Amino acid sequence: MTLLLNRIDDRLIHGQVVVGWGQPLDVHYIVLVDDAVASSEWEQELYRMGVPPEMEVRFLSVADAARQLDEFRTEPRAGILLTGDIATMSRLVTEAGVRDVNVGGIHHRAGRVQHLRYVFLTPAEEQELRAIAEQGAVVTAQDVPAARAVPLEELLAAREGA
Amino acid sequence: MSSAPRLAIVAGHADFADGLVSAVEAITGHGDRLVPIQVRGLCGEDIQALLRQRLRDTGALVIFTDLQAGSCTMAARRVLREVPGAVLVAGANLPMLLDFVLSAEADPVTAATAAAERGRAAVSVHGGSA
Repeated sequence: MTLLLNRIDDRLIHGQVVVGWGQPLDVHYIVLVDDAVASSEWEQELYRMGVPPEMEVRFLSVADAARQLDEFRTEPRAGILLTGDIATMSRLVTEAGVRDVNVGGIHHRAGRVQHLRYVFLTPAEEQELRAIAEQGAVVTAQDVPAARAVPLEELLAAREGA
Repeated sequence: MSSAPRLAIVAGHADFADGLVSAVEAITGHGDRLVPIQVRGLCGEDIQALLRQRLRDTGALVIFTDLQAGSCTMAARRVLREVPGAVLVAGANLPMLLDFVLSAEADPVTAATAAAERGRAAVSVHGGSA
């Protein structure tokens, strides 16, 4: 089963992840990779309270995740890998061999341009996504399972809210 | 004797807040005691900023959200660390909000706590037997 979804989502654990993806994929654990969360008990407790009791959450720093990701690939249960930004996922693509990247939610912030309802990117972030694809990873945008997976080039060409 | 009406922020996915507040208004005429917010397209930090602003603008001490795992709930829990005495109720439903706006209880936190129990008790299942 291993990691069924490698998701970039700046809201980290929230309804779309836990319910929207978690239930249909029968997810038993989430690997949340974020240096700030990995070093804060309060943040970890906050996210643990957002998941049902039967769902495990592992909190890892980026460096630890890069070292330990292979362990999750042999895990018999289904899991989700979650990062809050593109740069973190980029490191996991480079250092831990992630080959499918789901852009699930990158929301409005100053300097970002809206591409989809749930994806806003700066020019630098667009380049980061291209760099991930150039390493051989398949990058698509898809907020929920029922939605269509939007290929990277279509994502970057799309403009909404203009 | 009169006092300022209790106010609460309502936040959730998509049109959850607007829908519930419009239903409360239709049933009681007291939809103005609830302040719905929409968070489409907002990152977690912006949701926090919006909640912070609405709490400040309205003086509300209560936030109702839809889902325990939702980003509004996460944001509200962070904001509440800065607001002593405020309360968050996750898992809001219509019976809960009706109870809140109609409560005679003056203290908003006490009213929200009682409303949460009413909302929990209002869930029932009918039929289903062969």
